[in-house]
Amino acid sequence: MAVASGAGFAGIPALFERMSGDEKHEWAAASTLHVLWVLYDRVLNVSPDRLDDPDRDRFLLSKGHGPMAYYAVLAAKGFIDPSTLDNWTHWDSPLGQHPDRVLVPGVEISSGSLGHGLPIGVGLAMGLRIQGRSARVVVLVGDAELDEGSNHEAIALAGRLSLDNLTVVVVDNESGTHGWPGGVDRRFAVEGWQASTVDGRDQDALHGAFTEAHPGRPMVVVARVGKR
Amino acid sequence: MGESMRQVFADTVREAMAEDPRVVVVLAEISRDVFGEHPRVINVGIREQAMVGVGGGLALSGLRPVVHSYAPFLVERPFEQIKLDFGHQDVGGVLVSIGGSYDDPVWGRTHQAPGDVALIDTLPGWRVHVPGHPAEVGPVVRAALAGDDRVYIRLSLRENAAPHPVVEGFTEVRRGGRGVVVAVGPMLDPVLAATRDADVTVLYATTVRPFDAAGLQAAVAASRPDVLLVEPYLEGTSAHAVAEALCAVPHRLRAMGVRRAAELRAYGTVEDHDSAHDLDVLGIAAAVRRLFDHPAT
Repeated sequence: MAVASGAGFAGIPALFERMSGDEKHEWAAASTLHVLWVLYDRVLNVSPDRLDDPDRDRFLLSKGHGPMAYYAVLAAKGFIDPSTLDNWTHWDSPLGQHPDRVLVPGVEISSGSLGHGLPIGVGLAMGLRIQGRSARVVVLVGDAELDEGSNHEAIALAGRLSLDNLTVVVVDNESGTHGWPGGVDRRFAVEGWQASTVDGRDQDALHGAFTEAHPGRPMVVVARVGKR
Repeated sequence: MGESMRQVFADTVREAMAEDPRVVVVLAEISRDVFGEHPRVINVGIREQAMVGVGGGLALSGLRPVVHSYAPFLVERPFEQIKLDFGHQDVGGVLVSIGGSYDDPVWGRTHQAPGDVALIDTLPGWRVHVPGHPAEVGPVVRAALAGDDRVYIRLSLRENAAPHPVVEGFTEVRRGGRGVVVAVGPMLDPVLAATRDADVTVLYATTVRPFDAAGLQAAVAASRPDVLLVEPYLEGTSAHAVAEALCAVPHRLRAMGVRRAAELRAYGTVEDHDSAHDLDVLGIAAAVRRLFDHPAT
């Protein structure tokens, strides 16, 4: 498989621009770009050579909308051929407006309907813990996605279960209509999560937050990117 | 009175857990005392959407989840989670409900789920089992745990007087020449009573998906192409499967089940509800007479 030339972050814009036609979600895609890059470049223990390794880390893009950044990073890291990006959303393309785990190597869940990734992530983290595996589960949600009640079932449950192999990244572009008074992180902290808020475009700050130890409890990192 | 279907289910799963480290149970409070404490029995609290989502995640980690609750809270409330967190992720799991269509009518409409099988039937790739006796539950559950596919098992307080061997297709309980009655799960005993004096074939089904088209075709070929379908859930749930099975045969079909035309806004007893839906012996017998005593000309 051809890995994207210039596989560093500088090569991402060119990959991103190979996809077009999703004006509604272009900003949403861009808002996740730095988070996705830091995770795949410096945090997650994943590789296109170990797609089925039971000890790989799992990244779940719960907020499946606007997956252009996700696809660009997957291409940069060798999970998909960059040429695949050129025909995204076409009939014979594996890349749709919402990702499909059956069609795209490295995609851990099929998403698009909001509020599914976090409960699945809780189950995945529990399953890995039951099996004695040290792999980590990272779930990316949007701040508006947190309106879905299923997330709050999972947030409370993960806190009670002390799931320290679970990390949630909330990409906060203030798109939730009613917002979260006091900040998104408070909603998690009250359930026992370790919580931090960082600049969602500061890659070193993101890396520092993702690699904080959080023994005995799950962790949330709120990545603020601000309104468009 | 022997053990309930739920108790047999829990005992069977607990036995399997001792031997198969893949098996894990997810509950939402209901039946927590039946399963008791175990490292792989996870009670998520009253969080049914999370219950199913967690089940999907456990499956993604390589385990064999058994997700269990009362039928409305297992199938209706988290239906999108069933569709996406199992089906769309293309992972397997075993969903097991109790409560049937109206096992506890005094609890009202909130605790009734006659549409559960019809809902599951909208999703591809699910096997559906409807045991009619507690002794049929063990084999059904053991087979489901041993696989890696998606299975829905519908348990009930309603049961037939005697079990039948659990087989993949329909079991011929009685043979006759004036048509075929298909009785699903606990509807067998009322069907047998209602057809006592009728010259009809009676087929018994514990597995309704996949639907035993070949079994029905053979029964119809040996009798007449008049079919009475008696299901303990929403009327007509399997009518499309009968129509497809007999698409090459001019036939008549009457489908009985929980009526769908209007919500039955009443409490009372199971017998009251059976009568209201014509699912008691009198109602089924009347349908038998109307269909089989007046063959098409």
